Amino acid sequence: MEWKNRADVVIVGGGIVGIATAYYLTRLGRRDVAVIEKGTVCGGSTGRCGAGIRAQWGTEMNCRLGIAALDIFESLEDELGMSVGLNQGGYLLVAYSQNEFENLKKGMALQNGLGIKSRSVTLSEARKICPALDASDAEGFTYHARDGHADPFLTAFAYLEAAKKLGVSYFKRTECTGITVKGGRAVGVDTSRGHIDADVVINCSGAYSQIVAKFAGVDLPNWGERHEIMITEPVEAGVCPPMLMSFSGNYYIQQRPHGSIICGMSPAGHPQDFENKSTWQFITAMSRVLNKLLPVTKEIRVVRHWAGLYDMTPDGSPIIGETDVKNFYHSTGYSGHGFMLAPIAGKVLAQQLTGNAPDIDLSMLDYRRFARGELIMEPNIT
Amino acid sequence: MGDAKKAEKEVIVCRCEEITLDEIREWIDRGCDTFNELKRVLRVGMGPCQGRGCQDIILRELSRRLGVPIDQVEAGTVRPPVKPIKTGLLASE
Repeated sequence: MEWKNRADVVIVGGGIVGIATAYYLTRLGRRDVAVIEKGTVCGGSTGRCGAGIRAQWGTEMNCRLGIAALDIFESLEDELGMSVGLNQGGYLLVAYSQNEFENLKKGMALQNGLGIKSRSVTLSEARKICPALDASDAEGFTYHARDGHADPFLTAFAYLEAAKKLGVSYFKRTECTGITVKGGRAVGVDTSRGHIDADVVINCSGAYSQIVAKFAGVDLPNWGERHEIMITEPVEAGVCPPMLMSFSGNYYIQQRPHGSIICGMSPAGHPQDFENKSTWQFITAMSRVLNKLLPVTKEIRVVRHWAGLYDMTPDGSPIIGETDVKNFYHSTGYSGHGFMLAPIAGKVLAQQLTGNAPDIDLSMLDYRRFARGELIMEPNIT
Repeated sequence: MGDAKKAEKEVIVCRCEEITLDEIREWIDRGCDTFNELKRVLRVGMGPCQGRGCQDIILRELSRRLGVPIDQVEAGTVRPPVKPIKTGLLASE
C-alpha cells in the first residue's frame, strides 16, 4: 500500500485491538484512519493467543466488558461478512480448594447480578458438559454456557477486510519509531517508512505499548509476559467441548470445532521479556496436565507449540483512554485478554472519538489510576 | 466458469486442511504476501504435516503472483516439535 503523509487517526499496532478500533472508528464516521504494524497481519500476540471469550470475571468492569464482547461476537459474522470461527461451548472453571471455590462463587454472584447466567455445577454435571473429564480432585466448578472461543486469525482478517472496504489504510512492516508532540498534543508518528501527521494517535501496541508511550513522554506501568501454548492434531469432537480452565491449576484447554485441542499454561516465574520462545519443559508439563484431566488425550499427538506475550498491567485490568498528552490515546494492558475485549473496547473508544455516547463508561480504566492507587484488581486470571 | 478457473477450484494445495489453489490466489490478491499470513487466514501448513506438503508450492505461487524471486518470499515459521508426538509420550518424559 502506498505510504501517505497524513491521516485523521493513526493507530500504532495492527493486531486485533488496533484493527477492531480502526474498523469502528471508520464505521462511526472518522474518515481517514491508518494502522501501522511492525510485522504482518496477526504476527504478534493476536496470532498467538488462546482466543477465549468469557463473561466469568471477578471485577464488575471486566464482567461488563466480557458480556458486551460476547454480544458483539455473536453477531460479528453477519456484521463483517466473514466467519470468525465462534464456538460457544461455555467455560468450565475448575477450583481445587474450598477457598478457590468460594472465590469463584463470589465472582458468580457478581456476574449473576449483572445478568450473566453463570452457575456452579457438580462433578457429575461437569462430566456431562465435558464427558472425557477426570477431575475427581476438584473442589467445585462454575460454568457459563455463552462463553467460548473464536478464531483469532479469522476475526482479525474479518475486521481488517471490512475496515479496508470502509477506507482504512493498513501499513504492515512499518514500525513506530517516535511520536511527535507539540504544545502538549500528539500531532504525528515517526515510522520506519517516514513521518505521518495525525490529529489523533492511538497506542494499540500490546506488550510493546510502554515503549511506544515513552516516545510521547508517557510512562505506562505495563510489561510483556511470556506464556506458552500448544495444539494437537484434529481428533473426533467431544474430547473437550467447553473451555476447561483453572486459575490455581494454571491451565486452559479447549477443542476447536475443527477437532484440534488447544491448551496453554504460564511458564514458572512468568518470564518478563519479549521472547516468543517455546520450551520443551512446557510441552512435557502441559501434556501431564492434559493427560491427568482428560486421560483420552494420551494417544493424541501435539503438532505445534509456541509462545506469545501477555500485555500485563499491575492490576490485570486494561488501560483505555486519553493520556496527559492530548489526542494521544491508549487501548492496551489487556493482560492476556485483548482478543476477547478488542471488539467492545474498540467500539467504545471509537464512540468516544466520534462524539457518540459510549456503551460502557470506561473512565475508571484511565492509566492515572496507578498513580492514584486506585487499582482494579482482577482475581480471575492465570 | 472457464476451465482454468474451474481447475483452480479443484486443485487442493494443502491436503491436511483441504485448501485449494483458488483460495490461495484469492488471499494473495487481497494482500497476503507471506506464507505465514496465508497460514493464519487459510490454515495452510497447520495440519499434521506442518507445511511439508504445501509450503514449496505456496511459496512458488507467491513468487509468481507477486513477481518477485522465490528467495525473496518470506517462508513460514518452523515450530516445534517438528514431528507430531503423542502427549502420553511427552508426559512420561
